[in-house]
Amino acid sequence: MNIIVVGCGKIGTTVLSSLVNENHDVIGVDNDPAVIEQLTNIYDVMGVCGNGTDCDTLSEANVQKAELVIATTGSDELNMLCCFIARKIGAKHTIARIRNPEYNDRSFGFMCRHLGISLSINPELTAAHELYNILKLPSAAKVETFSKRNFEMVELKLKPDSPLDGIALSEMRKKFKASFLICVVQRGDKVVIPDGNFILKGGDKIGIAATPAEIQRLLKELKIMQKQARSVMILGASTTAYYLAKMLLNSGNSVKIIEKNPDRCQHFSELLPDAVIINGDGAQQELLLEEGIRSVDAFVSLTGMDEQNILISYFASSQNVPKVICKINRDEFTATADRLGLDCIISPKKIISDVIVRYARALHNSIGSNMETLYRLMDGSAEALEFNISSDCSLIGIPLKKMKTKDNILIAGIIRGRKTIIPSGEDTIQALDNVIIFASGHILNDVTDILK
Amino acid sequence: MNYRMIFYTTGKILQVNSLLLMLPAVVSLIYRESCVFSFLLAAVISVTAGFILSLIFKPKNHLIYAKEGFVIVSLTWILLSLIGALPFVLSREIPFFFDAFFETVSGFTTTGASILTDVEKLSNGLLFWRSFTHWIGGMGVLVFVMAFIPNVSDRSIHLMRAEMPGPIVGKLVPRIRDTAKILYIIYIVLTLVEVVMLCAGGMSVFESLLHSFGTAGTGGFGIKADSIGGYSPYIQWVIAIFMLIFGVNFNLYYLILIRRFRSAIKSSELWAYICIVLFSVSAISFNIYPMYKNIEEALRQAAFQVSSIITTTGYATTDFNNWPVLSKGILMLLMISGGCAGSTAGGFKISRIVILFKMIRKEIRRLIHPHSVDTVKFEGKALDNQTLYGVGAYLAMYSICALSIFLLLCIEPFDIETTLTAMLACFNNVGPGLGAVGPASSFADFSAFSKLILSFAMLLGRLEIFPLIIALNPSTWKKR
Repeated sequence: MNIIVVGCGKIGTTVLSSLVNENHDVIGVDNDPAVIEQLTNIYDVMGVCGNGTDCDTLSEANVQKAELVIATTGSDELNMLCCFIARKIGAKHTIARIRNPEYNDRSFGFMCRHLGISLSINPELTAAHELYNILKLPSAAKVETFSKRNFEMVELKLKPDSPLDGIALSEMRKKFKASFLICVVQRGDKVVIPDGNFILKGGDKIGIAATPAEIQRLLKELKIMQKQARSVMILGASTTAYYLAKMLLNSGNSVKIIEKNPDRCQHFSELLPDAVIINGDGAQQELLLEEGIRSVDAFVSLTGMDEQNILISYFASSQNVPKVICKINRDEFTATADRLGLDCIISPKKIISDVIVRYARALHNSIGSNMETLYRLMDGSAEALEFNISSDCSLIGIPLKKMKTKDNILIAGIIRGRKTIIPSGEDTIQALDNVIIFASGHILNDVTDILK
Repeated sequence: MNYRMIFYTTGKILQVNSLLLMLPAVVSLIYRESCVFSFLLAAVISVTAGFILSLIFKPKNHLIYAKEGFVIVSLTWILLSLIGALPFVLSREIPFFFDAFFETVSGFTTTGASILTDVEKLSNGLLFWRSFTHWIGGMGVLVFVMAFIPNVSDRSIHLMRAEMPGPIVGKLVPRIRDTAKILYIIYIVLTLVEVVMLCAGGMSVFESLLHSFGTAGTGGFGIKADSIGGYSPYIQWVIAIFMLIFGVNFNLYYLILIRRFRSAIKSSELWAYICIVLFSVSAISFNIYPMYKNIEEALRQAAFQVSSIITTTGYATTDFNNWPVLSKGILMLLMISGGCAGSTAGGFKISRIVILFKMIRKEIRRLIHPHSVDTVKFEGKALDNQTLYGVGAYLAMYSICALSIFLLLCIEPFDIETTLTAMLACFNNVGPGLGAVGPASSFADFSAFSKLILSFAMLLGRLEIFPLIIALNPSTWKKR
């Protein structure tokens, strides 16, 4: 597909690089020649230097032939205008990054319809949703939900003394009597989709797929169940922090926000009257101790600086805070943070690029079965996909054990109506099912791609 | 420095080179010539060396940066010339290795300077190989590999930048591989059109193929002692026009293909090129009219020589050594200017000259109005200081190289005209010069040392100096 990315900042570049990896023809547009220079040096894309809302620039990027235009400049208005012009010139679909909460309210549908925006993404809101999901189930490093929350995958890191240490997967179901699947394992740098003979070890990062209730039960049995975070301390009054705090407050939790800038604090105290807003430097450990970091259930570090986030999160986990979440923008730091023992890291730009890649893949195969969800797991080396099965799909009615699938592919769940099936070899796929598939090392565009 | 990737890519290219060597082998098989074995032997050496290199240096990561690009390009061009010289030596038709190396470098760099005193004695297979090196070298070996071999590297843009001439190298389409393919397809189609036009003029298929290779790469190896002089006026006009066509930036042909005529027509480089050609042709026609006493012939001779020299091809229809000094002087300046950037022509490139003149205008204006703020625009876009600085640095580097080569050639016992134009002809990839290296004579009289210097000059000219200088710079090879 021909895709144009307008505005190649942090998010734009991440989106662009994942689209290049998906084998699309990508053109990057930015008004800074240095950015374009850097971009064309690193990725196999064409760069066009100019204003993304200028007809000539867009025509130079061949917008009339583009299937998808993604506007990720820093300004909402520019993004909307860019999508509008691109649509008028001939682009088929447009995605705009719109982050201002004022645009995201009731007038939003009206605006999108009239400007021809196919999808709007709000990185802060999406990140806040992800954070909220994690805080609801703090024992997991990450929670991904499928099919309107009927099916979940949680990522955990096994402690060396975990009851799962040294157990083959085939024995696990008997032992725990729960219906679940271990669908992906990361050991060291290697990521595998395990089979029944796989033996777990302490230190592995595993992904468990099951219904939410089963997962709660399993975690209880594994004695790593933590209660939902009730009191949360957030560092940095960012837009993400605002969305997150609002969600947490709405579900009755207590929130404490620490921010250095007094004006920002004032603004937040007006927006969030129920939250406790502290004006102070979060890098001062004395302040954090005074505000009771030892007694909170969770600590979320959301300042604009990765280094500060990592160091303060490290301090928080040394103070035995049960759940520490750290926001990191630059990929390079993720591995370092992992080594420091911070297992729960979120990166807003990765979340956004997942959303866009999912949209692009769904566009790519507008016929046949359609993809509903796509998550990239374990730093992008494995994927979890949810497909809706159309009535003419060739996989219908074949028992799973007879299906000749490619290596490193696992059918982890079948959702039929309100029922969730953790499939065994005898189960079959039927029309209108939602099927959840885990894959590593493949790019799946269609559910039939899993066959050899 | 990613040594593994450098040698791995070089190995891959050597393997491709062995395939290219099979083409002249087929030709000599058709003509039942004994040189088929020397081609096969050279191909076997190339493919074995390639396999060994790419096996030993299997890369751990495929990341390359600009400097690896420069080194890969320099290394492959030198290796290809060494291996390409083998068939000449093995078949004993050019027995001395330095001669054969000079001839091959001259082929790959599309210079067309020859050490052969009697080219018609050469067997058909070797003639084919000589002209075929022009064709491959014209658009670039690595661009060829990029277009037809999948996944050389994610960052092959660095290879393309190092190999393609001109101050600014961009892509036509998002993917580098598709860009390389489009360039080669335009190149192949234009070559085929020329072959057909030449055949229509009564030239045999073999000869028109070879002449088209020479024109397309703007090389200029002839297969007759008097180059193109013996052919009919029609053929001379066809070749003259096609030489001009191959001296135009290929990006413009792509713009025409996707129907963006207006942006193609607006190119200031194209207009400068056309104006220079028209001016030179008319000036020379007036100047040589008394020699021919026939308007058509004077015009044809002037047009052919001008387009041959400005595109740095080097075909000739007459011995322009006997022309008046004014005409010779114009031709000498055309040797330096060269064709457009992004074409197969060599020389300093019209675009750089245009940019330099604009820089001079800006500087003069700045001296008159010390507080004036000025931008240099080229092809409708403001150029950043980095590009301007690059053009200036290239001019400096170009002059220094030209002068050093000239000085080294002065060791030979030739007159100043011969020495100067021999340097210009090789460094700008033209081919024939004036005096003792004029179109009717060859470079055979130079010593082995000078031939080596000239071979190096041709490589410097084709790769636009910096890649080779960077590859020879010890700090490039240091580990950190």
